[in-house]
Amino acid sequence: MDFLTLIQVLDSTIRLALPLLLACLAGLFSERAGIFDIGLEGKMLFAAFFSAAVAAMTGSVWLGLLAGIAASMVLSGIHGLASITFRGNQLISGVAINFLAAGLTVLIAQDWFQQGGRTPSLMGAGRFNPVTLPGALTKTVEIKEASAPMQLYSELLSGHSILVYLGLLCVPLTWWVLFRTRFGLRLRAVGENPAAVDTAGISVVRLRFAAVAICGLLCGIAGAYLSTALQAGFVKDMSAGRGFIALAALIFAKWRPWHALYACLLFGFLQALALRPDLITNLTGMTVQVQLLDALPYILTVVILAGFVGKAIPPRAGGEPYVKER
Amino acid sequence: MDVMPKWAEVVLVPLISLLLAAILSALVILAIGENPWEALKLMVSGALGSTYGWGYTLYYATNFIFTGLAVAVAFHARLFNIGGEGQAALGGLGVGLVCLYIPWPHWSLALLGATLGAALFGAAWAAIPAYLQAKRGSHIVITTIMFNFIAAALLNYVLVNLLRPVGAMDPATARFAESTHLPNLADILGTFGIPFSKAAPANVTFFVAIAACIAVWMLIWRTRLGYEIRSYGHSEPAAKYAGISPVKITMVAMLISGGLAGLMAINNVMGEAERLILNSVEGAGFIGIAVALMGRSHPFGVFLAAILFGFLYQGGAELALWTSIPRELIVVIQALVILFTGALDNMVRMPLERIFLAARKRG
Repeated sequence: MDFLTLIQVLDSTIRLALPLLLACLAGLFSERAGIFDIGLEGKMLFAAFFSAAVAAMTGSVWLGLLAGIAASMVLSGIHGLASITFRGNQLISGVAINFLAAGLTVLIAQDWFQQGGRTPSLMGAGRFNPVTLPGALTKTVEIKEASAPMQLYSELLSGHSILVYLGLLCVPLTWWVLFRTRFGLRLRAVGENPAAVDTAGISVVRLRFAAVAICGLLCGIAGAYLSTALQAGFVKDMSAGRGFIALAALIFAKWRPWHALYACLLFGFLQALALRPDLITNLTGMTVQVQLLDALPYILTVVILAGFVGKAIPPRAGGEPYVKER
Repeated sequence: MDVMPKWAEVVLVPLISLLLAAILSALVILAIGENPWEALKLMVSGALGSTYGWGYTLYYATNFIFTGLAVAVAFHARLFNIGGEGQAALGGLGVGLVCLYIPWPHWSLALLGATLGAALFGAAWAAIPAYLQAKRGSHIVITTIMFNFIAAALLNYVLVNLLRPVGAMDPATARFAESTHLPNLADILGTFGIPFSKAAPANVTFFVAIAACIAVWMLIWRTRLGYEIRSYGHSEPAAKYAGISPVKITMVAMLISGGLAGLMAINNVMGEAERLILNSVEGAGFIGIAVALMGRSHPFGVFLAAILFGFLYQGGAELALWTSIPRELIVVIQALVILFTGALDNMVRMPLERIFLAARKRG
């Protein structure tokens, strides 16, 4: 395998890791505040549809992004209502949200576009197009001829959509918000010991709703990325389990932002490899089953959860509705 | 103190939740420009208006009884088994192996063998998450979700690389032998002189499902083990104090749950397709969650809820055939049922409790 091929695989690693990363950070905010969210998948899917639909109708991908975020936040609102206000089971609520999104997207897509549950293909300003960094080469032929650092710069760093750079920025931002601001301290506290936060005179309900809203926002961007940047339009079930891989990455990262980035890059790398099975065969002389690569993120997560390789301990008050003492 | 009388708890709350889900579904149908009343009439005539429709309704219901019971048994131990999908897929593998590699002389023996295979494989797939929950404290919801995906990949591998007949293109096993063919409802009712559609896939497994309902009822409310499962579900510290082993209960409840989910495969793999195909479960494992929630984890409730979902499934297929409403409407209804009977339970319960309290004070 030559250098350029490696760069290309890493390039698609970034592209495939990004939706995982955004959803993973979304889950991070929610779960750090004590609200389990297995509805990441549904929120992404919902956002993917509405951003593609609005982008197709208005021709503006930015309006699409806003619509996606709004749609995702509506589902977040339902999750918050069920799990915070009515103290219902957060896991069951998440399951319901996943199905709601899976059903409604196809139903509405069929009603609006009559194309069998998909949106029309997005073109031009209807998509997030690649951003070329200054001085980067764009033509494949030129990149092939260029020097190694130039290949690295042009192929790996340049040429992603704006959402990729935004998403990568979210990692330090999340770290800063969670570990360097008062809001972040309270948010983490509410996931560990809500009674203590309540005693300090801070509203548990408001904090948790804020966390769930941030979760909706990030899932919305992740979904918009799927349908307007990674692909050109919405197709049925396009999130394809990414919300669950993100959940796996979150556990893998033990609910920490920088580790979330590494975990998502690892899982993105596995997805990128699954697209190029020929590479592994050339490199190792063995045929690795694609199915194994598909299953590897889940298997790794189970191993981590089992505590054989460093134990993953979730926020202590996770999944428990908070009942104020009377 | 119970605020509400038992009938309100068991009947009124689920009914109101169901009504809310139905109203919202009607609004969804209205929003996509169809008439909800006409849609309902079409669903009723399509699913219940002929023995053909009934045959499909009962076929789907059979799947949902098994997966619903699976979720319900785990619920009694306060475990949320979301892995019915994977366990049923593995159950399918068990049925496939039993039917392909053992020459059965008669269908009744084959049914026994397949039941064993399905339950064993389903239980085995639940065993690892159960063990990890019991011994290592890994959250069972997450591990069972992961095992659903691992099961899908495993089955894909087995069907493509190992069980696919030489020269065949699609990832599926060969057809099972003729001797494993299960009698369908038409054959069974025909012996009593009752005419029934021969084309519908409902088969003898429906009666196995009813037997499973009775067996689960006996287990949960009439045996020591069932008592232990329930007390563990109500209060773990109290159960521990009474000498009940959490490890044992977690393992046993999940093994039974996985086995029940696996049993679904005798209906869809052996009874209908008569070969193992990719994605044979088609989401029935997840519908089990809605069914168990609506049936309040009681076998009779699960039975009724499964029939309702069987009706929705077959009715939804008819709708997709005759109107512009896609099949995914069923997924939306399923989501609303899970939402209202599961997550938003308190939204219905709190106002009702207030009404009952007020009535009691006055009386």
